[in-house]
Amino acid sequence: MSETADRVKKIVVEHLGVEADKVTEDASFIDDLGADSLDIVELVMAFEEEFGVEIPDDAAEKITTVKDAITYIDEHKG
Amino acid sequence: MFDLTGMTALVTGASGGIGSAIARALAGQGARLAVSGSNADKLEAFRASLNGDHVAVACDLSDAAAVDALVPQAVAALGGRIDILVNNAGVTRDNLAMRMKDDEWDQVIRVNLEAAFRLIRAAAKPMMKQRFGRVVSITSVVGQTGNPGQANYAASKAGLVGMSKALAQELASRNITVNCVAPGFIRSAMTDTLPEAQKSALLGRIPAGDLGTGDDIGAAVVYLASREAGYVTGQTLHVNGGMAMI
Repeated sequence: MSETADRVKKIVVEHLGVEADKVTEDASFIDDLGADSLDIVELVMAFEEEFGVEIPDDAAEKITTVKDAITYIDEHKG
Repeated sequence: MFDLTGMTALVTGASGGIGSAIARALAGQGARLAVSGSNADKLEAFRASLNGDHVAVACDLSDAAAVDALVPQAVAALGGRIDILVNNAGVTRDNLAMRMKDDEWDQVIRVNLEAAFRLIRAAAKPMMKQRFGRVVSITSVVGQTGNPGQANYAASKAGLVGMSKALAQELASRNITVNCVAPGFIRSAMTDTLPEAQKSALLGRIPAGDLGTGDDIGAAVVYLASREAGYVTGQTLHVNGGMAMI
């Protein structure tokens, strides 16, 4: 598992208050982890801060699973 | 009760009549302020007249880019927190609808409604992270009752009420409340110069028998900004001496 994946999962566990073993790469934030749309906004803000990336709104809308987040961050972090 | 010590606040239109009373009321309860206004000299003079460590951040609210920059500037100047946002600034461009110019409509909507939205959108981010926020927008009794010659102003003020209700629902789970205060007739340089006959006709419509003061509005804002008002959201507090009971 990549370092990005570890850090993303840690943020998801902290923000959504879910068990770490539920945060698989295929897990959907809304369908599997119980997030609402405001949680997604907060997660994106937390990712931006943690990784120093800017995630524009149109990209943020496409991030629906843990894997989507990891992929986007790996492709865009400096 | 209603102690604001340790809290920071951004107040727009702070050098005006009602705005300065709101700023003094918040500062009086212990909040640290970023006061904003369009006239930098007048604003700085007002800031200097407040006791305490407050900052002035000038901004032209008809300039969208300047508005978007205001909250980040205020947060930086206030040491990284914004607990309270008071959207007080407002303009009027009165005219009968049939004579109203596009520009008179646009200017009022842009400053009174769109700037408030932009500021709340920007402030919601740090407030969400803090898990605390108080947004208070100053609307007007005419947003509920209408007033001839003020189609633009009444629309902007009614718009603030609807917008605040939507935002209150979006942000309630993060301990951010979004409310409005609706002044009735408030004593000001403008009301002081009204002809006597007009003034007595006006007072005849107000059960309290007197005009309100800026302090009446300041007290209402302090309440809605306080920790104690955390269960009050999406509301409009009417401060009008009973002239309209809604």
